[in-house]
Amino acid sequence: MKASAFSYARATSVVNALELLAIHGDDAKVLAGGQSLMPTMNLRLISPELIVDIGGIAELKGIAVKGDVLTIGALTRHVDLQRSPEIATHAPLLTEAIAHVAHPAIRNKGTIGGSLAHADPASELPACMVALDATIVIRGQSGERRVAAGDFFTGIYETALSADELLVAVELPVARQNSAHFFCEFARRQGDYAIVGAAAQAIVEGDRFADLRLVLFAVGDRPVLSSAALRLINVAVAPEVLSDASTSLEEELDPPEDQQATASVRRHLAKVLLRRCVAALLRRPALAAGPRA
Amino acid sequence: MQISLEVNGERVDAHVLPRLNLADFLREHLQLTGTHVGCEHGVCGACTVRVNGDIVRSCLMLAVQTDNASVETIEGLSDSGEIADLQAAFRDRNALQCGFCTPGMLMTAQDLLKQCTAPDREQIREHLSGNYCRCTGYQAIIDAVETTARRRVERQP
Repeated sequence: MKASAFSYARATSVVNALELLAIHGDDAKVLAGGQSLMPTMNLRLISPELIVDIGGIAELKGIAVKGDVLTIGALTRHVDLQRSPEIATHAPLLTEAIAHVAHPAIRNKGTIGGSLAHADPASELPACMVALDATIVIRGQSGERRVAAGDFFTGIYETALSADELLVAVELPVARQNSAHFFCEFARRQGDYAIVGAAAQAIVEGDRFADLRLVLFAVGDRPVLSSAALRLINVAVAPEVLSDASTSLEEELDPPEDQQATASVRRHLAKVLLRRCVAALLRRPALAAGPRA
Repeated sequence: MQISLEVNGERVDAHVLPRLNLADFLREHLQLTGTHVGCEHGVCGACTVRVNGDIVRSCLMLAVQTDNASVETIEGLSDSGEIADLQAAFRDRNALQCGFCTPGMLMTAQDLLKQCTAPDREQIREHLSGNYCRCTGYQAIIDAVETTARRRVERQP
């Protein structure tokens, strides 16, 4: 289908975009790369009265490292993340995850800010932001505020953003010494939304985790930071410890059922990903196998 | 809204409604019907074109967003001879039947071949993963792209 009629405004700056959003509120939608917004409009799931195109605002683009903070502008495209040497050095989890975000033609337009503001629970970048403990930088007419990624995602397509605010950047702590990451997802086809996926950022000291942030996605209404995985920090990960964690993970998840998979399949796949994650990060392949059912 | 852009090397000035997407602009205003419209929500890849050198879905872009941009369609790539060898390989390998997906396939395959001179079959599959073909079963398409890549390397002095 075609999108229904709307008015169009090309924002010239963040201040200008915020003025437009303040006037039009819920009737307006922000257009960044358009790779989620346009399908939604073409399917007539939404019919905004005004499109505020922020695509030309240069101040929202780019990747910068200052001290131990990596800042990514909201309009930075997926393809820019994928090719960025700064991202590969300081947040390699993102480099790996981005290859799973849709297809080349979509990655050439889609932006990190757009993906996060859209907040599809099956998409990769929100989960990575929670795993990396990112800070989401939001600007409104009254000023700027910062929200931890863990608090930013509040439901299916729902976030802490209000209709008159703009997501302007994300800030990530640069990878520390002994950092390790893991990314894996089950999808029917390369580039499809995940059936279940996992993104993890860890610090491994010797044979133990000094930190482990394992985030599962497509298993709930928002990315889920696994508390079962948190309990693997600073303990010797024996096979039975991992089995216990796996049981706890099953209990903490309440996955949806849809045409792709039942809730129990998703629980099972999440447990497989936990095992694979721990085995890969601790470099103990035997842990991946798990007990025979 | 008034837009001014370059399409296949020619300057185009047009007056368009905001809701008009790039695919419909190319097909209906410029009669460049080689860009096909399949799903209209970014899934099938039949409407793939180049904007400022990057392949994009023209159904997921508004015509007004292409103001000052350079757009290249399958007609442009075909007329310039840029993909003559790839088109010949598609014919030789029977990599098309109904032809609906072919413009998008050629656009996407050429994008890969520009970035990577000797892709393996897995890389070809991955790059074409966003383009649906309902006729060929894909194997012949992968063959054609692989053959073209090999021949281009052989032609290098």
